[in-house]
Amino acid sequence: MKYIDEFQDPELARRLLDDIHATVTRPWALMEVCGGQTHSIIRHGIDQLLPDKVELIHGPGCPVCVTPLEVIDKALEIASRPEVIFCSFGDMLRVPGTGRDLFQVRGEGGDVRVVYSPLDALRIAQQNPDREVVFFGIGFETTAPPNAMTVHQARKLGIQNFSMLVSHVRVPPAIEAIMSSPSCRVQGFLAAGHVCSVMGMGEYPELAERFRVPIVVTGFEPLDILEGVRRTVRQLERGEHTVDNAYARAVRAEGNPAARAMLEDVFEVTDRAWRGIGVIPQSGWRLAPKYRAYDAEHRFSVEGIRTQEPAECRSGEVLQGLLKPHECEAFGTLCTPRTPLGATMVSSEGACAAYYLYRRLDMPATKAQEATPVV
Amino acid sequence: MCLAVPGRVLDIEERDGTRMATVDFGGVVKEVCLEYLPDLRVGEYAIVHVGFALQRLDEESARQTLELFAELGLLQEEFGDPWEAAAADAAGSEPVEEVHNQ
Amino acid sequence: MSDTTDLPVPALDVEAWTCPAPLRDRPRVVMGHGGGGVLSAELVQQIFAPAFGGEVLAQMGDAAVLSLGGARLAFSTDSYVVRPLFFPGGSIGDLAVNGTVNDLAMSGARAAYLSCGFILEEGVGLDVVTRVSEALGAAARTACVEVATGDTKVVEAGHGDGIYINTAGIGLVPAGVDLRPERVVPGDVVIVSGAIGVHGVAVMSVREGLEFGVEIKSDCAALGGLVDAMLAVTPDLHVLRDPTRGGLAASLNEIAQASGTGVVIRERDVPVPPAVANACAILGLDPMYIANEGKLVAFVPREHADAVLAAMRAHPLGADSVIIGEAVEAHPGMVVARTGLGGTRVVDLPIGEQLPRIC
Repeated sequence: MKYIDEFQDPELARRLLDDIHATVTRPWALMEVCGGQTHSIIRHGIDQLLPDKVELIHGPGCPVCVTPLEVIDKALEIASRPEVIFCSFGDMLRVPGTGRDLFQVRGEGGDVRVVYSPLDALRIAQQNPDREVVFFGIGFETTAPPNAMTVHQARKLGIQNFSMLVSHVRVPPAIEAIMSSPSCRVQGFLAAGHVCSVMGMGEYPELAERFRVPIVVTGFEPLDILEGVRRTVRQLERGEHTVDNAYARAVRAEGNPAARAMLEDVFEVTDRAWRGIGVIPQSGWRLAPKYRAYDAEHRFSVEGIRTQEPAECRSGEVLQGLLKPHECEAFGTLCTPRTPLGATMVSSEGACAAYYLYRRLDMPATKAQEATPVV
Repeated sequence: MCLAVPGRVLDIEERDGTRMATVDFGGVVKEVCLEYLPDLRVGEYAIVHVGFALQRLDEESARQTLELFAELGLLQEEFGDPWEAAAADAAGSEPVEEVHNQ
Repeated sequence: MSDTTDLPVPALDVEAWTCPAPLRDRPRVVMGHGGGGVLSAELVQQIFAPAFGGEVLAQMGDAAVLSLGGARLAFSTDSYVVRPLFFPGGSIGDLAVNGTVNDLAMSGARAAYLSCGFILEEGVGLDVVTRVSEALGAAARTACVEVATGDTKVVEAGHGDGIYINTAGIGLVPAGVDLRPERVVPGDVVIVSGAIGVHGVAVMSVREGLEFGVEIKSDCAALGGLVDAMLAVTPDLHVLRDPTRGGLAASLNEIAQASGTGVVIRERDVPVPPAVANACAILGLDPMYIANEGKLVAFVPREHADAVLAAMRAHPLGADSVIIGEAVEAHPGMVVARTGLGGTRVVDLPIGEQLPRIC
């Protein structure tokens, strides 16, 4: 595929790696805040090929992983109602709520459907006028414009039987929260490329300056990630801390103005709880009052949700980069992709799942053996 | 959060008052909403996330990036850092401590 | 319902995706039990095997190899519940024949006779039943297998999703042929007979919620002739598998675990057609986990590898055969891939990560 294959070229990857190896003189800890980048890093083995001195900490970049337990439980409740067709991206189906997940709700008779796009859910609403269609609107800033347009469309077309359960999260407040934590080890950031395609780069210079960290907007293919690492390491070696764009083919400084305008119209900023981390102020979006009629939380009063996280789950520490997945006692034993305790083991770019699926070979032998499923 | 894939616009039409496109992803064809890229034309590329085109892909920028990767290591000894050289060309002077676009 | 076009296109079904929760936590059947992965295995181990007993069943091969009156027979059964009934490149009728023929072929047997049981939903159009039957008959003739006996049942409307088919098949296993994962030894060469991910993408492209236009037709085909050509080089192949549900990754893992060897494959040697790769890229899927219906993977003793590969390439269904890796002593039971960049990653048993994702 054009714009993909060229950016996977092994020879060019080698050159980027050589340059990183030649540049680095001291240990550096970098964080990527995008689940897609985590997935790419682990899946291609990039972390194995980087110099030992360059450590990649996998940040809370997986919206699936950080969707609050309470929201998942609300989704489960709504999806269980007989009049509801509950539509969701595939990622969310296996995320454990308190005691069950959307897959199980389906098994018990709930009409839960996977869609590729939120517009598919709107279409289902138009085709099923006698049912209530609810779409699970999660994601970072990349997914927010599609979800916003869908609600905007619903209102414009006067579609009454559609609503959205919204739980959007924003990257810059997350970076701020991570850097403000006393145990923070992060010295440089790979910023999420497609988030910046939408939002532009304007929110980052203030963070780079305040915390004195380089922030490099990075893409997703192996060459993109290596270039993001290369530029970040270069800045660190020189004592610089600026915002840089290593994904220029898809990121402009101002982002996408039309998308940002729609976000202004449809959403408003709110405090948001991040599963495993806690409340980060102003870190989320919810539907603006004008669109309250399309807010599923408003339409379906979901009472008496009592959430309970498994005590053994340490996904919060993993999400903040304080714990490596295989250092958790439950890893590979109590907690596997088949029997996940927390969301980081469910989503394929949650750090725990990524380590389990791709990295068991590198782990101490006993841990790997425990973790290998027997058929 | 960002599984967005590059695709090429084959044709554009209005549907329900919405700008939609048929986009080709290397042999896979899908309907995509183009409302966020009102200036995108047939034949151009965009990255597409959950059925929406979110940003135009800049061919020239991609080409330049790949070229610079290819020159890594080769130019180093003779001419110094190719990125700094390119940035200096673009800025007309030494690189400035602000947002770089390369 | 009078015509295929009137059959309601069902909401997204998860044929190749398994539900992750373990059997012991819930008392009900879930879709994942039919997924061909870990949950299906549990169902067999916890319920069926204890109830049925028997030595042959305990071997858990794709087909059972039996001794009966001095003959060595392979015997296999499979049920076909695919939706939609018709997809680019084939139909449930083709699958019903080729699936069972291929199970027998993986034991080295040429399928001789099939049984065919239909479960029809009340109200399904007879024209649909005719189309499916004609496809089934044509596939049987192509595979040189005869439908010898059959049965038909009808269930009330709302219970059958149109048409379900069960086929069972028998064939003779040639002397000297013993194809089982336990025969794999470190050094064996892994060969795949052609491009992977084709069938799964073809079916996905017409499923509601994921429709996309693509020039991919299912690779559904009978592999008996290809296997014959391979056995003609040597009867001493070690194991053959057709990577259906769960894809190549599932088959490699099953073989690695049953044989106790490790498996290493080179990603850049695994053939994936561009349209398959791109469809997977859009949905966030991995071609290694996508179903194939006309491909096989073979573990071949090193000394015969080149000759077997040549024989495969000379056959129309094996023209794109390629060596993708080998069995090794290291990491027993685990399948590891060398990535395009030179890193390594474990290729795990599919356990549900094959849902389309946005991240």
